[in-house]
Amino acid sequence: MRTMEKNEAGLIARILAGEKELFHDLIRPYERMVYLTLFSIVKNEAEAEDAAQDAVISAYRHLASFRGEAKFSTWLTSIAVNEGRRRLRKAKGAAEESIEEKIEEQGGDYTPAPLTDWREIPLEALERKELREALRSAVAKLPDIYRQVFTLRDLEELNIEETAQALGIGVGVVKVRLHRARIMLQKLLVPFLKTTFPPQRRGLFGSAL
Amino acid sequence: MKLECKHVWEHISEYIDARVDARLREEIEKHLEHCEICSAILDSTRNILVLTADNRTFELPLGYSERLHERLKVEIEKS
Repeated sequence: MRTMEKNEAGLIARILAGEKELFHDLIRPYERMVYLTLFSIVKNEAEAEDAAQDAVISAYRHLASFRGEAKFSTWLTSIAVNEGRRRLRKAKGAAEESIEEKIEEQGGDYTPAPLTDWREIPLEALERKELREALRSAVAKLPDIYRQVFTLRDLEELNIEETAQALGIGVGVVKVRLHRARIMLQKLLVPFLKTTFPPQRRGLFGSAL
Repeated sequence: MKLECKHVWEHISEYIDARVDARLREEIEKHLEHCEICSAILDSTRNILVLTADNRTFELPLGYSERLHERLKVEIEKS
């Protein structure tokens, strides 16, 4: 990780000194991240791609303002977040955002779906295409503010502090939203798992029948 | 003090992220040893996260990278 950041700092210095085409190499490891961030906000493939391009171009134009206080990945993600939000505002005005903030205060029931008869999703089940599809549609069903935190933390694997920084929210808020997102997904997916991968029947003392 | 299931659920996300303090971690682990329900919830949540991080779950549009670098090339040339 350390060496990667060093290489990155070196790349950035060279780009700013005039080797502009090296920006292609700088951005390559993060293309996926930029797209997924945008998709979590605008929720449309074509628009997410378009916005991802705009975000990358914007990062190129503003590279000189990257001071290295944050990691490059976090800085880039926050540019992507801003681009996504800008597009949302343009599309629907600010009215809807305030409605969403209310979900947060209401609390609600965030208890996981109980599983009593099997201990885990078998590993081979994770290889099934249907499960991936079910997960994608479950993530799409999350309220926007939860999906965005979940995407940055669990899909792009930023840590909690980086997620907070990129979204411009507090660490405590990230933790609450992340917890709720994960529990909601568990709840949405368990019924699917139960019917698709029925539990192995167990005999007395847990031995398989 | 004995932990209740509900209490374990409240901390499940932080437990997965290893963000609970040592004492709570120990209490949760003690609870998990004898509680099948909480163990199953923890395992299923963890597996969902494994699946989420799998690159095959959320795919990029075909040709995304090529189009991105093509546009970037144009931008770099004119800058």
